[in-house]
Amino acid sequence: MIGSILAAEFTDTEKWVVNSFWGVIAAVMIVAALRVVTTKNVVHAALWLVVVLAGVAIQFIFLGSEFVAVTQILVYIGAVVVLFLFGVMLTRASMGDDESVGEEKRTMAALVGVMLAVVMAVALVDTYGDDQLIIDEPQRVDEVSDAIFSQYIVPFEAVSVLLLAALIGAIVVARKD
Amino acid sequence: MSLLAELSYWQQTSIRVGAGLVAVILVAGTLVMVHLFKLVSFMQSRLGPMEAGPFGSLQLLAEVGKHLQKEDIVPRKADKFVFAAAPFVVLASTFLLVVVLPGGPDAWFIQNDLGIYLAMAVSSVSVIGILMAGWGSANKYSLLGGLRATGQLIAYELPLILAVVGVVIQAGSMNLQTIVYAQANGEIFGWGGIGNPYVLTQGIAFFLFLTAMQAELTQTPFDMPIAESELVSGYMTEYSGMRFLLFFIAEFATAGVFSAIAAVLFLGGWYIPGIDPDDNIMNVLGPLVMFVKVVGLTFIVFWVRFSFPRFREDQLQRLAWKFLIPLALLNIVVTAIFKVWI
Repeated sequence: MIGSILAAEFTDTEKWVVNSFWGVIAAVMIVAALRVVTTKNVVHAALWLVVVLAGVAIQFIFLGSEFVAVTQILVYIGAVVVLFLFGVMLTRASMGDDESVGEEKRTMAALVGVMLAVVMAVALVDTYGDDQLIIDEPQRVDEVSDAIFSQYIVPFEAVSVLLLAALIGAIVVARKD
Repeated sequence: MSLLAELSYWQQTSIRVGAGLVAVILVAGTLVMVHLFKLVSFMQSRLGPMEAGPFGSLQLLAEVGKHLQKEDIVPRKADKFVFAAAPFVVLASTFLLVVVLPGGPDAWFIQNDLGIYLAMAVSSVSVIGILMAGWGSANKYSLLGGLRATGQLIAYELPLILAVVGVVIQAGSMNLQTIVYAQANGEIFGWGGIGNPYVLTQGIAFFLFLTAMQAELTQTPFDMPIAESELVSGYMTEYSGMRFLLFFIAEFATAGVFSAIAAVLFLGGWYIPGIDPDDNIMNVLGPLVMFVKVVGLTFIVFWVRFSFPRFREDQLQRLAWKFLIPLALLNIVVTAIFKVWI
Protein backbone atom coordinates (compact mmCIF):
# COMPACT_ATOMS: atom_id res chain seq x y z
CA MET A 1 0.00 0.00 0.00
CA ILE A 2 1.17 3.59 0.48
CA GLY A 3 3.37 2.41 3.31
CA SER A 4 5.52 0.58 0.80
CA ILE A 5 6.24 3.87 -0.99
CA LEU A 6 7.69 5.07 2.28
CA ALA A 7 10.02 2.10 2.28
CA ALA A 8 12.00 3.63 -0.57
CA GLU A 9 14.93 5.76 0.41
CA PHE A 10 13.98 9.38 0.38
CA THR A 11 15.69 12.32 -1.17
CA ASP A 12 15.15 15.64 0.60
CA THR A 13 12.48 16.74 -1.89
CA GLU A 14 10.47 13.59 -1.35
CA LYS A 15 10.70 14.03 2.41
CA TRP A 16 9.38 17.53 1.95
CA VAL A 17 6.44 16.23 -0.12
CA VAL A 18 5.57 13.56 2.44
CA ASN A 19 5.79 16.06 5.27
CA SER A 20 3.53 18.53 3.49
CA PHE A 21 0.92 15.82 2.90
CA TRP A 22 1.16 15.01 6.58
CA GLY A 23 0.59 18.68 7.40
CA VAL A 24 -2.37 19.04 5.03
CA ILE A 25 -4.11 16.02 6.53
CA ALA A 26 -3.34 17.22 10.05
CA ALA A 27 -4.90 20.61 9.22
CA VAL A 28 -8.03 18.93 7.82
CA MET A 29 -8.23 16.83 10.98
CA ILE A 30 -8.01 19.89 13.23
CA VAL A 31 -10.73 21.73 11.32
CA ALA A 32 -12.96 18.62 11.37
CA ALA A 33 -12.32 18.09 15.09
CA LEU A 34 -13.35 21.68 15.81
CA ARG A 35 -16.50 21.20 13.73
CA VAL A 36 -17.35 18.08 15.78
CA VAL A 37 -17.64 20.15 18.94
CA THR A 38 -19.03 23.38 17.48
CA THR A 39 -21.74 22.13 15.12
CA LYS A 40 -25.29 22.27 16.44
CA ASN A 41 -26.37 19.25 14.47
CA VAL A 42 -25.69 15.93 16.22
CA VAL A 43 -25.60 13.88 13.00
CA HIS A 44 -23.20 16.37 11.41
CA ALA A 45 -20.97 16.07 14.48
CA ALA A 46 -20.81 12.28 14.02
CA LEU A 47 -20.03 12.69 10.30
CA TRP A 48 -17.24 15.20 11.05
CA LEU A 49 -15.89 12.62 13.48
CA VAL A 50 -15.62 10.22 10.53
CA VAL A 51 -13.31 12.75 8.82
CA VAL A 52 -11.12 13.01 11.94
CA LEU A 53 -10.87 9.24 12.34
CA ALA A 54 -10.13 8.72 8.64
CA GLY A 55 -7.35 11.29 9.03
CA VAL A 56 -5.93 9.27 11.91
CA ALA A 57 -5.96 6.17 9.70
CA ILE A 58 -4.07 8.04 6.95
CA GLN A 59 -1.48 9.28 9.45
CA PHE A 60 -0.93 5.69 10.59
CA ILE A 61 -0.27 4.72 6.97
CA PHE A 62 2.29 7.53 6.76
CA LEU A 63 3.96 5.95 9.79
CA GLY A 64 4.06 2.57 8.04
CA SER A 65 1.60 0.96 10.46
CA GLU A 66 -0.86 -0.40 7.94
CA PHE A 67 -2.43 -2.93 10.28
CA VAL A 68 -3.24 -0.24 12.83
CA ALA A 69 -4.59 2.00 10.07
CA VAL A 70 -6.97 -0.66 8.77
CA THR A 71 -8.02 -1.55 12.31
CA GLN A 72 -8.75 2.14 12.84
CA ILE A 73 -11.11 2.08 9.84
CA LEU A 74 -12.75 -1.22 10.80
CA VAL A 75 -13.29 -0.44 14.48
CA TYR A 76 -13.81 3.31 14.65
CA ILE A 77 -15.41 4.22 11.32
CA GLY A 78 -17.08 0.88 10.59
CA ALA A 79 -18.37 0.19 14.09
CA VAL A 80 -18.12 3.00 16.65
CA VAL A 81 -19.32 5.91 14.51
CA VAL A 82 -21.96 3.69 12.91
CA LEU A 83 -23.29 2.92 16.39
CA PHE A 84 -23.22 6.65 17.25
CA LEU A 85 -25.23 7.45 14.12
CA PHE A 86 -27.55 4.50 14.72
CA GLY A 87 -28.25 5.65 18.29
CA VAL A 88 -28.73 9.28 17.31
CA MET A 89 -31.07 8.41 14.46
CA LEU A 90 -33.15 6.07 16.62
CA THR A 91 -33.67 8.74 19.28
CA ARG A 92 -33.34 12.34 18.05
CA ALA A 93 -32.66 12.59 14.35
CA SER A 94 -34.11 16.05 13.86
CA MET A 95 -33.18 17.73 10.61
CA GLY A 96 -31.46 21.06 10.91
CA ASP A 97 -29.78 22.55 13.97
CA ASP A 98 -30.68 21.64 17.51
CA GLU A 99 -30.21 24.80 19.60
CA SER A 100 -30.17 22.95 22.92
CA VAL A 101 -26.94 21.09 22.08
CA GLY A 102 -24.13 21.66 24.56
CA GLU A 103 -24.98 25.19 25.75
CA GLU A 104 -24.47 24.98 29.51
CA LYS A 105 -21.41 22.71 29.62
CA ARG A 106 -19.33 24.59 27.07
CA THR A 107 -16.85 26.16 29.50
CA MET A 108 -16.18 22.97 31.42
CA ALA A 109 -15.73 21.02 28.17
CA ALA A 110 -13.26 23.58 26.85
CA LEU A 111 -11.35 23.47 30.13
CA VAL A 112 -11.09 19.67 30.11
CA GLY A 113 -10.09 19.70 26.44
CA VAL A 114 -7.29 22.22 26.96
CA MET A 115 -6.02 20.37 30.03
CA LEU A 116 -5.93 17.07 28.14
CA ALA A 117 -4.13 18.67 25.20
CA VAL A 118 -1.50 20.25 27.49
CA VAL A 119 -0.90 17.01 29.42
CA MET A 120 -0.52 14.98 26.22
CA ALA A 121 1.70 17.56 24.53
CA VAL A 122 4.00 17.78 27.56
CA ALA A 123 4.15 14.01 27.89
CA LEU A 124 4.94 13.48 24.19
CA VAL A 125 7.55 16.24 23.95
CA ASP A 126 9.13 15.11 27.20
CA THR A 127 9.36 11.49 26.01
CA TYR A 128 10.40 11.90 22.39
CA GLY A 129 11.86 15.39 22.11
CA ASP A 130 13.74 15.62 18.84
CA ASP A 131 13.75 11.88 18.13
CA GLN A 132 13.14 11.04 14.48
CA LEU A 133 11.17 7.99 13.49
CA ILE A 134 13.07 6.02 10.88
CA ILE A 135 10.78 3.81 8.84
CA ASP A 136 12.74 1.27 6.84
CA GLU A 137 9.69 -0.64 5.71
CA PRO A 138 6.02 -0.86 6.63
CA GLN A 139 5.24 -2.91 9.66
CA ARG A 140 4.42 -6.48 8.72
CA VAL A 141 1.22 -8.13 9.90
CA ASP A 142 3.02 -11.23 11.17
CA GLU A 143 5.27 -9.01 13.31
CA VAL A 144 2.18 -7.47 14.90
CA SER A 145 0.54 -10.84 15.55
CA ASP A 146 3.79 -12.32 16.91
CA ALA A 147 4.13 -9.40 19.30
CA ILE A 148 0.50 -9.68 20.46
CA PHE A 149 0.59 -13.43 21.03
CA SER A 150 4.00 -13.65 22.70
CA GLN A 151 5.26 -10.50 24.37
CA TYR A 152 1.88 -8.88 25.00
CA ILE A 153 -0.23 -11.99 25.58
CA VAL A 154 -1.20 -11.06 29.16
CA PRO A 155 -2.43 -7.51 28.38
CA PHE A 156 -4.19 -8.90 25.30
CA GLU A 157 -6.08 -11.51 27.34
CA ALA A 158 -6.83 -8.94 30.04
CA VAL A 159 -8.38 -6.61 27.44
CA SER A 160 -10.41 -9.53 26.04
CA VAL A 161 -11.83 -10.32 29.48
CA LEU A 162 -12.55 -6.62 30.06
CA LEU A 163 -14.45 -6.38 26.76
CA LEU A 164 -16.37 -9.56 27.61
CA ALA A 165 -17.32 -8.04 30.98
CA ALA A 166 -18.52 -4.87 29.21
CA LEU A 167 -20.54 -7.01 26.79
CA ILE A 168 -22.23 -8.95 29.60
CA GLY A 169 -22.81 -5.68 31.47
CA ALA A 170 -24.54 -4.20 28.42
CA ILE A 171 -26.80 -7.26 28.17
CA VAL A 172 -27.64 -7.08 31.90
CA VAL A 173 -28.49 -3.37 31.64
CA ALA A 174 -30.59 -3.83 28.49
CA ARG A 175 -32.57 -6.89 29.64
CA LYS A 176 -35.93 -6.21 31.18
CA ASP A 177 -36.59 -9.50 33.00
CA MET B 1 9.55 -10.30 -13.78
CA SER B 2 7.34 -9.17 -16.57
CA LEU B 3 6.27 -6.15 -18.55
CA LEU B 4 4.76 -4.38 -15.56
CA ALA B 5 8.00 -4.49 -13.57
CA GLU B 6 9.75 -2.36 -16.21
CA LEU B 7 7.28 0.51 -15.95
CA SER B 8 7.75 3.34 -13.50
CA TYR B 9 5.65 3.61 -10.38
CA TRP B 10 3.13 6.14 -11.69
CA GLN B 11 2.65 4.20 -14.94
CA GLN B 12 1.92 1.00 -13.03
CA THR B 13 -0.43 2.89 -10.75
CA SER B 14 -2.34 4.41 -13.70
CA ILE B 15 -2.75 0.97 -15.28
CA ARG B 16 -4.00 -0.48 -12.00
CA VAL B 17 -6.47 2.35 -11.40
CA GLY B 18 -7.78 1.97 -14.96
CA ALA B 19 -8.13 -1.78 -14.48
CA GLY B 20 -10.02 -1.13 -11.24
CA LEU B 21 -12.51 1.12 -13.06
CA VAL B 22 -12.98 -1.55 -15.74
CA ALA B 23 -13.45 -4.23 -13.07
CA VAL B 24 -16.20 -2.25 -11.34
CA ILE B 25 -18.09 -1.00 -14.41
CA LEU B 26 -17.74 -4.13 -16.55
CA VAL B 27 -18.77 -6.51 -13.80
CA ALA B 28 -21.71 -4.36 -12.71
CA GLY B 29 -22.86 -4.03 -16.34
CA THR B 30 -22.57 -7.74 -17.02
CA LEU B 31 -24.47 -8.67 -13.88
CA VAL B 32 -27.34 -6.28 -14.65
CA MET B 33 -27.57 -7.39 -18.27
CA VAL B 34 -27.11 -11.14 -17.93
CA HIS B 35 -28.63 -11.79 -14.51
CA LEU B 36 -31.10 -9.03 -13.76
CA PHE B 37 -32.52 -8.67 -17.27
CA LYS B 38 -32.19 -12.08 -18.91
CA LEU B 39 -31.81 -14.72 -16.19
CA VAL B 40 -34.76 -13.41 -14.21
CA SER B 41 -36.91 -13.16 -17.29
CA PHE B 42 -36.10 -16.78 -18.06
CA MET B 43 -37.04 -17.82 -14.52
CA GLN B 44 -40.33 -15.95 -14.82
CA SER B 45 -41.13 -17.41 -18.26
CA ARG B 46 -40.85 -14.16 -20.18
CA LEU B 47 -38.39 -12.77 -22.69
CA GLY B 48 -37.10 -9.69 -20.91
CA PRO B 49 -35.84 -6.67 -22.88
CA MET B 50 -35.94 -7.45 -26.61
CA GLU B 51 -36.28 -4.08 -28.36
CA ALA B 52 -32.92 -2.29 -27.92
CA GLY B 53 -30.36 -4.05 -30.12
CA PRO B 54 -30.32 -7.76 -31.01
CA PHE B 55 -32.06 -9.70 -28.22
CA GLY B 56 -32.12 -6.52 -26.12
CA SER B 57 -28.35 -6.46 -25.78
CA LEU B 58 -28.19 -2.65 -25.84
CA GLN B 59 -30.84 -2.28 -23.13
CA LEU B 60 -28.13 -1.41 -20.61
CA LEU B 61 -27.04 1.66 -22.56
CA ALA B 62 -30.67 2.71 -22.85
CA GLU B 63 -31.10 2.40 -19.08
CA VAL B 64 -27.98 4.44 -18.33
CA GLY B 65 -29.08 7.08 -20.82
CA LYS B 66 -32.50 7.21 -19.21
CA HIS B 67 -31.08 7.78 -15.72
CA LEU B 68 -28.60 10.40 -16.92
CA GLN B 69 -31.42 12.40 -18.52
CA LYS B 70 -33.56 12.45 -15.41
CA GLU B 71 -33.71 15.49 -13.17
CA ASP B 72 -31.63 15.35 -10.00
CA ILE B 73 -34.36 16.00 -7.46
CA VAL B 74 -33.39 16.98 -3.91
CA PRO B 75 -36.25 17.12 -1.37
CA ARG B 76 -36.76 20.62 0.06
CA LYS B 77 -36.19 19.62 3.68
CA ALA B 78 -33.28 17.30 2.90
CA ASP B 79 -29.82 17.95 4.24
CA LYS B 80 -28.38 18.95 0.86
CA PHE B 81 -24.73 18.02 1.32
CA VAL B 82 -25.27 14.76 3.20
CA PHE B 83 -27.97 13.74 0.72
CA ALA B 84 -25.72 14.50 -2.25
CA ALA B 85 -22.59 12.87 -0.84
CA ALA B 86 -24.15 9.58 0.33
CA PRO B 87 -24.05 7.66 -3.01
CA PHE B 88 -20.41 8.63 -3.49
CA VAL B 89 -19.48 7.21 -0.07
CA VAL B 90 -21.17 3.92 -0.96
CA LEU B 91 -19.49 3.77 -4.39
CA ALA B 92 -16.09 4.70 -2.90
CA SER B 93 -16.38 1.74 -0.55
CA THR B 94 -16.96 -0.51 -3.59
CA PHE B 95 -13.92 0.87 -5.42
CA LEU B 96 -11.73 0.39 -2.33
CA LEU B 97 -12.94 -3.21 -2.12
CA VAL B 98 -11.75 -3.98 -5.64
CA VAL B 99 -8.11 -3.16 -4.86
CA VAL B 100 -7.48 -6.32 -2.82
CA LEU B 101 -8.45 -8.65 -5.67
CA PRO B 102 -5.70 -10.55 -7.47
CA GLY B 103 -6.21 -11.52 -11.13
CA GLY B 104 -2.90 -13.22 -11.90
CA PRO B 105 0.70 -13.51 -10.72
CA ASP B 106 1.39 -9.88 -11.68
CA ALA B 107 -2.16 -8.70 -12.36
CA TRP B 108 -2.97 -7.31 -8.93
CA PHE B 109 -4.01 -3.86 -7.73
CA ILE B 110 -2.10 -3.83 -4.46
CA GLN B 111 0.12 -6.49 -2.91
CA ASN B 112 -0.50 -6.39 0.78
CA ASP B 113 -0.36 -8.69 3.76
CA LEU B 114 -3.60 -7.20 5.04
CA GLY B 115 -5.59 -8.41 2.02
CA ILE B 116 -8.89 -9.77 3.21
CA TYR B 117 -8.74 -7.75 6.45
CA LEU B 118 -8.53 -4.55 4.41
CA ALA B 119 -11.50 -5.72 2.33
CA MET B 120 -13.63 -6.36 5.42
CA ALA B 121 -12.66 -2.94 6.82
CA VAL B 122 -13.52 -0.88 3.74
CA SER B 123 -16.71 -2.82 3.07
CA SER B 124 -17.98 -1.60 6.46
CA VAL B 125 -17.58 2.02 5.32
CA SER B 126 -20.58 1.68 2.99
CA VAL B 127 -22.80 1.55 6.10
CA ILE B 128 -21.93 5.22 6.75
CA GLY B 129 -23.09 6.09 3.24
CA ILE B 130 -26.35 4.21 3.70
CA LEU B 131 -27.04 5.96 7.03
CA MET B 132 -26.24 9.31 5.38
CA ALA B 133 -28.71 8.53 2.60
CA GLY B 134 -31.38 7.42 5.04
CA TRP B 135 -31.09 10.44 7.32
CA GLY B 136 -30.26 13.08 4.72
CA SER B 137 -33.42 12.40 2.71
CA ALA B 138 -35.64 13.76 5.52
CA ASN B 139 -38.12 11.00 4.84
CA LYS B 140 -39.35 8.48 7.39
CA TYR B 141 -39.26 5.59 4.93
CA SER B 142 -35.68 6.43 4.05
CA LEU B 143 -34.70 6.67 7.71
CA LEU B 144 -36.35 3.34 8.55
CA GLY B 145 -34.64 1.73 5.57
CA GLY B 146 -31.27 3.16 6.62
CA LEU B 147 -31.69 1.89 10.18
CA ARG B 148 -32.75 -1.56 8.99
CA ALA B 149 -29.79 -1.70 6.64
CA THR B 150 -27.38 -0.76 9.40
CA GLY B 151 -28.70 -3.35 11.86
CA GLN B 152 -28.52 -5.98 9.17
CA LEU B 153 -25.04 -5.10 7.91
CA ILE B 154 -23.59 -5.04 11.43
CA ALA B 155 -25.21 -8.39 12.29
CA TYR B 156 -23.97 -10.12 9.13
CA GLU B 157 -20.49 -8.63 9.11
CA LEU B 158 -19.64 -10.98 11.99
CA PRO B 159 -20.43 -14.32 10.29
CA LEU B 160 -18.76 -12.95 7.13
CA ILE B 161 -15.50 -12.19 8.94
CA LEU B 162 -15.63 -15.33 11.07
CA ALA B 163 -16.15 -17.46 7.94
CA VAL B 164 -13.06 -15.87 6.41
CA VAL B 165 -11.01 -16.65 9.54
CA GLY B 166 -11.24 -20.38 8.79
CA VAL B 167 -9.66 -19.86 5.36
CA VAL B 168 -7.02 -17.53 6.80
CA ILE B 169 -6.04 -20.15 9.39
CA GLN B 170 -5.75 -22.84 6.74
CA ALA B 171 -3.78 -20.71 4.28
CA GLY B 172 -1.68 -19.08 7.00
CA SER B 173 -2.01 -15.64 5.42
CA MET B 174 -4.49 -12.80 4.91
CA ASN B 175 -2.91 -11.88 1.58
CA LEU B 176 -5.35 -12.96 -1.14
CA GLN B 177 -2.50 -13.66 -3.56
CA THR B 178 -0.89 -16.02 -1.03
CA ILE B 179 -4.27 -17.69 -0.47
CA VAL B 180 -4.52 -18.37 -4.21
CA TYR B 181 -1.00 -19.86 -4.25
CA ALA B 182 -1.79 -21.95 -1.16
CA GLN B 183 -4.74 -23.44 -3.03
CA ALA B 184 -2.82 -23.85 -6.29
CA ASN B 185 0.05 -25.68 -4.58
CA GLY B 186 -2.21 -27.65 -2.24
CA GLU B 187 -2.83 -31.35 -2.51
CA ILE B 188 -5.86 -33.53 -1.84
CA PHE B 189 -4.50 -36.59 0.00
CA GLY B 190 -1.28 -36.33 -1.99
CA TRP B 191 -2.95 -35.71 -5.35
CA GLY B 192 -2.19 -32.21 -6.67
CA GLY B 193 -4.06 -32.37 -9.98
CA ILE B 194 -6.47 -29.52 -9.27
CA GLY B 195 -4.68 -28.01 -6.28
CA ASN B 196 -6.79 -27.84 -3.18
CA PRO B 197 -9.67 -25.37 -3.53
CA TYR B 198 -10.76 -24.51 -0.01
CA VAL B 199 -14.41 -25.16 -0.80
CA LEU B 200 -13.55 -28.80 -0.12
CA THR B 201 -12.08 -28.32 3.33
CA GLN B 202 -13.93 -25.11 4.27
CA GLY B 203 -17.33 -26.06 2.89
CA ILE B 204 -19.11 -24.77 5.99
CA ALA B 205 -17.25 -21.46 5.73
CA PHE B 206 -18.24 -21.24 2.04
CA PHE B 207 -21.91 -21.70 2.94
CA LEU B 208 -21.61 -19.13 5.75
CA PHE B 209 -19.81 -16.67 3.48
CA LEU B 210 -22.43 -16.94 0.72
CA THR B 211 -25.29 -16.53 3.22
CA ALA B 212 -23.70 -13.54 4.96
CA MET B 213 -22.78 -12.10 1.57
CA GLN B 214 -26.41 -12.27 0.46
CA ALA B 215 -27.34 -10.27 3.57
CA GLU B 216 -24.47 -7.79 3.17
CA LEU B 217 -25.63 -7.14 -0.39
CA THR B 218 -29.22 -6.68 0.90
CA GLN B 219 -30.50 -9.07 -1.75
CA THR B 220 -33.69 -11.04 -1.18
CA PRO B 221 -34.36 -12.89 1.15
CA PHE B 222 -32.52 -10.22 3.17
CA ASP B 223 -33.89 -7.12 1.41
CA MET B 224 -35.80 -5.56 4.32
CA PRO B 225 -33.85 -2.27 3.99
CA ILE B 226 -35.44 -1.61 0.61
CA ALA B 227 -38.58 -3.71 1.08
CA GLU B 228 -40.71 -2.16 -1.65
CA SER B 229 -44.04 -3.26 -0.17
CA GLU B 230 -43.31 -1.61 3.20
CA LEU B 231 -40.77 1.18 2.73
CA VAL B 232 -41.30 2.31 -0.91
CA SER B 233 -37.59 1.84 -1.68
CA GLY B 234 -35.91 2.27 1.71
CA TYR B 235 -32.91 4.58 1.85
CA MET B 236 -33.03 5.02 -1.94
CA THR B 237 -36.60 6.36 -1.94
CA GLU B 238 -35.77 10.02 -2.59
CA TYR B 239 -32.97 9.46 -5.07
CA SER B 240 -33.38 9.96 -8.78
CA GLY B 241 -31.31 10.29 -11.92
CA MET B 242 -27.55 10.16 -11.60
CA ARG B 243 -27.44 9.53 -7.85
CA PHE B 244 -29.89 6.62 -8.10
CA LEU B 245 -27.67 5.23 -10.85
CA LEU B 246 -24.64 5.45 -8.54
CA PHE B 247 -26.46 3.44 -5.87
CA PHE B 248 -27.50 0.96 -8.53
CA ILE B 249 -23.95 0.54 -9.87
CA ALA B 250 -22.60 0.21 -6.32
CA GLU B 251 -25.14 -2.50 -5.51
CA PHE B 252 -24.23 -4.69 -8.47
CA ALA B 253 -20.51 -3.94 -8.44
CA THR B 254 -20.39 -4.90 -4.76
CA ALA B 255 -22.19 -8.14 -5.59
CA GLY B 256 -19.47 -8.80 -8.17
CA VAL B 257 -16.60 -7.91 -5.85
CA PHE B 258 -17.91 -10.01 -2.97
CA SER B 259 -18.35 -12.93 -5.37
CA ALA B 260 -14.78 -12.39 -6.56
CA ILE B 261 -13.55 -12.47 -2.96
CA ALA B 262 -15.51 -15.70 -2.42
CA ALA B 263 -13.95 -17.11 -5.60
CA VAL B 264 -10.46 -16.27 -4.35
CA LEU B 265 -11.05 -17.64 -0.88
CA PHE B 266 -12.87 -20.84 -1.73
CA LEU B 267 -12.62 -21.65 -5.46
CA GLY B 268 -8.93 -21.15 -6.11
CA GLY B 269 -9.11 -17.62 -7.53
CA TRP B 270 -7.40 -17.14 -10.91
CA TYR B 271 -5.59 -20.50 -10.85
CA ILE B 272 -6.14 -22.94 -13.72
CA PRO B 273 -5.26 -26.59 -12.97
CA GLY B 274 -2.43 -27.81 -15.17
CA ILE B 275 -0.83 -24.42 -15.86
CA ASP B 276 2.10 -23.25 -13.76
CA PRO B 277 0.68 -20.37 -11.67
CA ASP B 278 3.82 -18.27 -12.28
CA ASP B 279 3.52 -18.56 -16.07
CA ASN B 280 3.17 -15.15 -17.73
CA ILE B 281 0.10 -16.33 -19.67
CA MET B 282 -1.80 -16.38 -16.38
CA ASN B 283 -1.76 -12.56 -16.34
CA VAL B 284 -4.12 -12.74 -19.33
CA LEU B 285 -6.05 -15.91 -18.50
CA GLY B 286 -6.30 -15.17 -14.76
CA PRO B 287 -8.67 -12.19 -14.99
CA LEU B 288 -10.87 -14.18 -17.42
CA VAL B 289 -11.00 -17.12 -15.01
CA MET B 290 -11.93 -14.73 -12.21
CA PHE B 291 -14.65 -13.20 -14.39
CA VAL B 292 -16.17 -16.61 -15.15
CA LYS B 293 -16.15 -17.52 -11.47
CA VAL B 294 -17.71 -14.19 -10.53
CA VAL B 295 -20.52 -14.67 -13.04
CA GLY B 296 -21.04 -18.20 -11.72
CA LEU B 297 -21.19 -17.15 -8.08
CA THR B 298 -23.44 -14.16 -8.74
CA PHE B 299 -25.71 -16.56 -10.61
CA ILE B 300 -26.29 -18.25 -7.23
CA VAL B 301 -26.89 -14.86 -5.59
CA PHE B 302 -29.55 -13.92 -8.12
CA TRP B 303 -31.03 -17.40 -8.23
CA VAL B 304 -31.63 -17.16 -4.47
CA ARG B 305 -32.80 -13.57 -4.84
CA PHE B 306 -35.60 -14.49 -7.18
CA SER B 307 -36.56 -17.77 -5.51
CA PHE B 308 -37.10 -16.97 -1.84
CA PRO B 309 -39.59 -14.75 -0.01
CA ARG B 310 -38.36 -12.03 2.33
CA PHE B 311 -37.43 -12.79 5.95
CA ARG B 312 -38.99 -10.95 8.88
CA GLU B 313 -36.71 -8.61 10.82
CA ASP B 314 -36.60 -10.86 13.93
CA GLN B 315 -36.00 -13.98 11.82
CA LEU B 316 -33.08 -12.18 10.20
CA GLN B 317 -31.42 -11.33 13.49
CA ARG B 318 -32.10 -14.80 14.95
CA LEU B 319 -30.53 -16.48 11.92
CA ALA B 320 -27.39 -14.37 12.26
CA TRP B 321 -26.82 -14.49 16.01
CA LYS B 322 -28.17 -17.93 16.93
CA PHE B 323 -27.22 -20.00 13.90
CA LEU B 324 -24.57 -18.48 11.63
CA ILE B 325 -22.21 -17.04 14.26
CA PRO B 326 -22.07 -20.20 16.49
CA LEU B 327 -21.54 -22.31 13.38
CA ALA B 328 -18.73 -20.00 12.25
CA LEU B 329 -17.07 -20.18 15.67
CA LEU B 330 -17.31 -23.98 15.60
CA ASN B 331 -15.72 -23.98 12.14
CA ILE B 332 -12.82 -21.86 13.43
CA VAL B 333 -12.22 -24.21 16.38
CA VAL B 334 -12.26 -27.32 14.18
CA THR B 335 -10.00 -25.68 11.57
CA ALA B 336 -7.53 -24.58 14.25
CA ILE B 337 -7.40 -28.10 15.72
CA PHE B 338 -6.71 -29.63 12.30
CA LYS B 339 -4.13 -26.94 11.51
CA VAL B 340 -2.19 -27.66 14.70
CA TRP B 341 -2.40 -31.46 14.44
CA ILE B 342 -1.87 -32.00 10.73
